[in-house]
Amino acid sequence: MPVTVIADKEVHIDEEGFLTEFDEWDRDLAIALASNIGIDELTEEHWQVIDFLRSDYQEQGETATLRRVSTVGGIPTKSLFMLFPKKPARKMSYVSGLQKPAGCI
Amino acid sequence: MTTDETVAAVVPDFGDDDADRKIAFVCSKGSLDMAYPALVMASGALEQGIETHIFFTFWGMDMINKKTMGNLHFSPVGNPATHMPAALAPLPGMQAMATRQMKKSLEELEIPDVPSFLEHLSDMGCHLWACKMSVDMFNLEEDDMTPLLDGVLNVSDFMEIIDGAQTMLV
Repeated sequence: MPVTVIADKEVHIDEEGFLTEFDEWDRDLAIALASNIGIDELTEEHWQVIDFLRSDYQEQGETATLRRVSTVGGIPTKSLFMLFPKKPARKMSYVSGLQKPAGCI
Repeated sequence: MTTDETVAAVVPDFGDDDADRKIAFVCSKGSLDMAYPALVMASGALEQGIETHIFFTFWGMDMINKKTMGNLHFSPVGNPATHMPAALAPLPGMQAMATRQMKKSLEELEIPDVPSFLEHLSDMGCHLWACKMSVDMFNLEEDDMTPLLDGVLNVSDFMEIIDGAQTMLV
């Protein structure tokens, strides 16, 4: 995987720009990634989603789908569309330094 | 070229600018196996930020009728894809068994039942419409159908709303 520099950190990314190494992510990086896609401020609600996604990934080995974030993470789907507009599944994964969810639902 | 080559930062293209995309599903079947394809595809479309509409008509009304939506069935009769000998499919109890089996497989994949699925789609911004002719044909009142519906439409009005949409009949 190619290496690039984001927020002064060297990270591995895939061809679309998603981080490929779980441990290369940190909170400063999340802020830079969010700003890359037009999310200028990460609020408490954003961090709640990001923290759930990262801890769920550690347990499950795959990125949670929108439905899982709502049913298991307790964050309503409607909020996800407000926090990460239009394409919440992809955007929340990108900011969290994870791959896109593989599941359909 | 090595795999660890240093490259300029790439930002995924989330396609926020192509806001015009629209998709419509016409659900005309009321069996369990015919309910899910449109629901799953609609969910994928909504995740992609695509304006999504579902129009329920004929037997598809069973998907939004409060009495039936949580209790759709799957019948192996006339369905060669079940790989069941054709003579066995119509036996008593076979439909119940096939339905149970399908529901179990769906549950194992954490796929919600039809009422919860519709709620999920509605939360994602999906527009749900009931067909006026079917409402009249099955003598349904507003109260008989899920409150998630955006409304009851005749086909002309639906055509107007989905102007420019990719449309699929299920």
